[in-house]
Amino acid sequence: MSAYRLDEGGEIDRARPLSFTYDGRPVQGFVGDSYASALMASGDMVLGRSFKYRRPRGIFGAGVEEPNIHADIRLNGRVHLNQRVTTEPAQDGAMLRACGAAPGARTDRTRFVDLFARFIPSGFYYKTFMRPNWHLFEPSIRAMAGLGRIDASQTDDMPGEQRNHHCDAVVVGAGPVGIAAALMLAEAGDSVLLCDDATRPGGSLLSRAARIDGMDGGEWLALALIRLQAAGVRLLTRTTAFGVYDHGLIALNQRRDGQPDLLWRVRPRRIVLAAGAIERPLPFDRNDLPGVLSAQAALIYLRRHAVVPGRRLCVATNNDSGEEVARAMQAAGAEVALIDYRKGTTIIGARGRGRVTGVTVSSGQRIGCDAVLVSGGFTPTIHLHAQSGGKLDWDAGILAFVPRPGTSAVVTVGGAAGHFSLAEAFAALPEALAMGKAPQAEPQPYRVTEAWPKPGMKGRVWIDYQHDVTTKDIELARRENFTSVEHLKRYTTLGMATDQGKTSNLQGLALMGALSGRAIPEVGTTTYRPPFTPVPLASLAGPRGATRMNPVRRLALEARHRAAGAVLGEYGGWLRPVHYGPDDAAILAEARRARATVGVFDASPLGKIEVMGRDAAEFLDFVYYNTMSTLAPGRCRYGFMLTEGGIVMDDGVLVRLDDGRFIVSCSSSHVASVHAMLEEWRQDRYPDRQIWIHDATAETATVTVTGPRALSVLARAGIETGDLAHMATGWATLEGEELRVTRVSFTGDRSYELSIRQDLAPSLWDRVIAAAKAEGGGPLGIEALMILRAEKGFVVIGKDTDGMTRPMDLGSDAPLRRKAADFLGRRSLTLPEASRPDRNQLVGLVPTDGKGALPTGAHGVEMRGGARRSIGYVTSSYPGAAVPHPVALGLIERGAQRHGEEITLYHLGVPRRARLVAPCFLDPNGDRLDA
Amino acid sequence: MQIFSCPFCGPRPEPEFHFGGEAGNDRPVGGALVPEGEWAAYLHLRHNPKGSTREIWMHRTCLEVFVMERDTVTMQAAPGVALGGPT
Amino acid sequence: MTRRYSALALLKEGLTGQKGWQPAWDDRPLRPRYDIVIIGGGGHGLATAYYLARTHGITNVAVIEKGWLGGGNTGRNTTVVRSNYFFPESVRLYDLSLKLYEKLSIELNYNIMLSQRGMVSIAHTPSEMEMSARVVNAMQINGTDAELLDADGVRKRLPIHHGGPDARYPALGGIWQGRAGTARHDAVAWGYARAASRLGVDIIQQCEVEDFIIEGGRCRGLCTSRGEVRADRVGMAVAGHSSALAAKAGFRLPVTSYALQACVSEPVKPILDTVVLSPGTGTYASQSDKGEIVIGGALDRVPSYGQRGNLPVLETVVAGLLEMFPAFRQLTLMRQWAGIVDVVPDSSPILGESPLPGLFLDCGWGTGGFKAIPAGGTLLAHLLATGQHHDISRPFDLDRFHTGRLVDEAAGSGIAH
Repeated sequence: MSAYRLDEGGEIDRARPLSFTYDGRPVQGFVGDSYASALMASGDMVLGRSFKYRRPRGIFGAGVEEPNIHADIRLNGRVHLNQRVTTEPAQDGAMLRACGAAPGARTDRTRFVDLFARFIPSGFYYKTFMRPNWHLFEPSIRAMAGLGRIDASQTDDMPGEQRNHHCDAVVVGAGPVGIAAALMLAEAGDSVLLCDDATRPGGSLLSRAARIDGMDGGEWLALALIRLQAAGVRLLTRTTAFGVYDHGLIALNQRRDGQPDLLWRVRPRRIVLAAGAIERPLPFDRNDLPGVLSAQAALIYLRRHAVVPGRRLCVATNNDSGEEVARAMQAAGAEVALIDYRKGTTIIGARGRGRVTGVTVSSGQRIGCDAVLVSGGFTPTIHLHAQSGGKLDWDAGILAFVPRPGTSAVVTVGGAAGHFSLAEAFAALPEALAMGKAPQAEPQPYRVTEAWPKPGMKGRVWIDYQHDVTTKDIELARRENFTSVEHLKRYTTLGMATDQGKTSNLQGLALMGALSGRAIPEVGTTTYRPPFTPVPLASLAGPRGATRMNPVRRLALEARHRAAGAVLGEYGGWLRPVHYGPDDAAILAEARRARATVGVFDASPLGKIEVMGRDAAEFLDFVYYNTMSTLAPGRCRYGFMLTEGGIVMDDGVLVRLDDGRFIVSCSSSHVASVHAMLEEWRQDRYPDRQIWIHDATAETATVTVTGPRALSVLARAGIETGDLAHMATGWATLEGEELRVTRVSFTGDRSYELSIRQDLAPSLWDRVIAAAKAEGGGPLGIEALMILRAEKGFVVIGKDTDGMTRPMDLGSDAPLRRKAADFLGRRSLTLPEASRPDRNQLVGLVPTDGKGALPTGAHGVEMRGGARRSIGYVTSSYPGAAVPHPVALGLIERGAQRHGEEITLYHLGVPRRARLVAPCFLDPNGDRLDA
Repeated sequence: MQIFSCPFCGPRPEPEFHFGGEAGNDRPVGGALVPEGEWAAYLHLRHNPKGSTREIWMHRTCLEVFVMERDTVTMQAAPGVALGGPT
Repeated sequence: MTRRYSALALLKEGLTGQKGWQPAWDDRPLRPRYDIVIIGGGGHGLATAYYLARTHGITNVAVIEKGWLGGGNTGRNTTVVRSNYFFPESVRLYDLSLKLYEKLSIELNYNIMLSQRGMVSIAHTPSEMEMSARVVNAMQINGTDAELLDADGVRKRLPIHHGGPDARYPALGGIWQGRAGTARHDAVAWGYARAASRLGVDIIQQCEVEDFIIEGGRCRGLCTSRGEVRADRVGMAVAGHSSALAAKAGFRLPVTSYALQACVSEPVKPILDTVVLSPGTGTYASQSDKGEIVIGGALDRVPSYGQRGNLPVLETVVAGLLEMFPAFRQLTLMRQWAGIVDVVPDSSPILGESPLPGLFLDCGWGTGGFKAIPAGGTLLAHLLATGQHHDISRPFDLDRFHTGRLVDEAAGSGIAH
């Protein structure tokens, strides 16, 4: 137990102790601790295991850059996976389990793997596991991989929340420079959002000494926070700006206690990046031992949490910042040995079993210590600049990549811009923001010397802690020609762990540069992409889910259907009655009743797109396959709409109300696409013509009355239509409101579609249903309707047609011969493909093997050259209602020329036999229409 | 989330828009007499430029069809212009 | 010096400091002339070079790549391999590929980590079940493995799937292909590169085509950033960049390039043992051997060469995943990226000679090029070696757009591609 807690100081509340468990062991802490600081104070050093070699690991950092220690945290009955102990505030009663270690970090069963490390370098899995095949080895590898463990029973986590926000400026990073920038902008009148991923604003001021505007850093911070509030700055803590996207969108993820995370999508006029810089480790033999930690992190643990990492400390640094850390540790009572790389001394290696107990330096001297605080320089956090396309320059003076000004819409300031001295950072603010007056700080030098990993370093020198990538792996990558920075990354997996290389990428590419004779800027960096740190999937999904996912559309008459016992199902995006009553035997009963007396069907989703104007008829001649301009007012005509490729896109009846008023009655699942298609062609081809298009589908309810008693039902319901012919349309009134009566039939029986303003639907339905019942009829669900239309061979587009079906394949070639005008898709109908002799054509099928209805999706097959070949498939299949045998429709090769032929079908290995017939099983003369 | 500008409605979020193809792919005139190769090119062949492009877009909310100049590499987008030209 | 990969080699090199490993491929200069030059150092281009050398004995070949090997779509896909297609032509094509994948690790002496863990394509409505039956029958008739699952069958393979009758997207059943699964994408590229290089193929990175050398109406070679190179035949396998190069060669393609996003979660212990696609939500997912959940979905429908997409599609894809697997709300998104996919109107590839004689195409794979790498390589190699189509590639010639004889997978199967 060498780390210890000071009696005073820090942000912790010593009056509010708390305790949690880690791998089953109790740990004490205080409100204000992170799990990491409490664990550190407890002296627990081995808190995790590395990914590949299962080496013991301890805490390295103090924030999101932490590469080593992740835990699954169980709190209040819920588990939170893969949490970095450095970023999570400690909570009383929490149970933490080290990720990827079993049974625990100290006693991980697989820790022997490190003994075989030399046999499993980077990429070893590409060089073996080939015989007999990967499947033999995969399960064990998979079991050893992965960090946390999903709790499959926890399926009711709250949905994430999302918010859109506009403001003048987003400032990322509430350290001194971010705060100064936010103040400058806000006090000049901008609306500013300032965010920081820590639990408190202040950044480096929370741990490092500073003098700003003649004040202590802490004092300046306290005053600045008051000014921020006064200036109306929106300050979000525990909020990570994780991505910048096209057109200036910046996305933030905000953590909130006891609530789901909140995703902010912000579109500011300006983004200021003040995210500081991340400290780099130093390379030496066994630099991964628990007790080796970032010097700045140690300073944070000291100043914020009053934890000293040990009684005897080594501080190793290649830059000025290490000196402050050494002094602070000494002042806290630790014995400190300062190893300053700039003076030529370096650490050659660390020693210890399971934790560091000392180091050997370049002079040969051995120094005993409880912890080694390392500072290998700082890497500016430029991710958001790079994500938005910004370029980087190598600054040899500070040994870092910095943003090239002017190459991105993001303005980078402070440490992120490579200004490691507050004085320099503040001085650059007015130019960066193009306005304002910045605070002043006392200049602090930043002198740094190179401390990159070198080729041929002795021992095991870690570069990527989490993925166990050492200098030897990078040398291996070079030897095997994986020398580009992207190949280096993918081959060694350097930078691909959960920390995405925040403390390792640069050292890796520096070493690769040295190995391949390239300077660091020549090697370059990998592409920066969102997210900067992992974002909860729930934040991205937001409220979408369950009924809010692709919400299904509801009928105005839904309550009526439910009251009548309907079972509802989704058809074409609408929730519609499948059948009435709990048993699907109702389907055939409803169909038979509709043939015998009458059925009433809710056809409201049926498309009703009004096309109006003097030039509407000419327009419709262009969009339809059939000639429509010759349709007389008051009449209807069935037609197809084609794509320019000649494929049937939709079918339906066109209703002509008068000279310049039509209703395109398209299928319910295609309304939006047909409407868009009509508008596109109107605007493109007829821009100055008198044509108006209005989609009246949703505002109009349609009730279909079909069957021999249909006319009597209308009379009983008080709907006067006069003597309406089949395929004609007229008007009636219902309770004073206009009711359109269109006589078309999708069932083959006498049939009327009654359309009224949708709020009057219940009234219409009640009248009609009562009348129907009095005539021995009743409601008709969709499945029953499907049987009735199939008996007549009426197709459903997308079911009985596929994306290759042309109108001739459905038996409709007369319109092409007779129509002179050009229309959509016309030219494609005369291409060779359209008249290829072996095309699939619509055909009827009747089973001949006595085994009942054919399965939909069964293929017709024939033998060719000893092999089975598909000749098409069954698209619709039902038991007959009025027809005394099962009926089916299908698309079969040359089907139209093969009526009478018996074919073999194949369904999941089971053969069937059926006879091909004309696609109409009932009343081919259409006598029932006038019954 | 990108913002495109409908000439009718102004700036709106990208899910409200539908890509309608490259501008300038005019329907060949001639009906049945259009040569097969020309018709096939109209149906299928595209420039698919890397860089500046001129495209037809539809704003699904108001169904306005318009022309938009964009860059397929930088993803910059100019405000949409009505089919008949700027008004 | 260790050339051959094996456990024994790992043992030997482990004892001797890894000093004997050889470069996976040699860096050679671009020579002024080759028998065949292949543009594109992704999976398809590298596979083509390998098969030219191995099957046809043609080793005087160069593969030129403008960036780093495998850095395009090959390094950006979601690693799914399958042959669950509808048309016999497609099944022959993709099943050829799957069969080649099955033997590839041993053939290349490189573990591509082929994991044939199966794929479920879930049907959520009776109409989707009908379409599934249609596709399963097509697959069985065309000679590949397929099973029509019922709700129980889906539940057994996906115990954590939220697909009961109350779900927004209940699982009524689906299409199962047991031989489908995943493979390590980088390994496929590197494996082919190593094998091709050892057979004498020159692989040249950081070499960009600036123009085509056209003489007498034929492609005679290329002007590149590393100089001129001449060849009897040139193959082009550049996916999303096909139109850009076609423009230099003077023709157009029926291709539009879009960004296809994909992402991975942080790694977790094994929880998903098969590949799953839900056409209802549009999302598909699998779990890598490292433990990351690999997630994909629809394109960003805005033509793009940017190799990045935007939030609306990502949010939709992730929402779809969480709807399927509510327990995945415990996950975070660790990394996201996008490729440039060359989408063709019938969702089928383009294989064959281009309108410029001497230049041969392997493109138009859209969102499905990774599974086809061995087949694409085999078929383009055949075209380059003989100047003729292999039986399997003929239906995919560019002229199908002229005749109208498209191989429209989305149209036939009813499943959006």
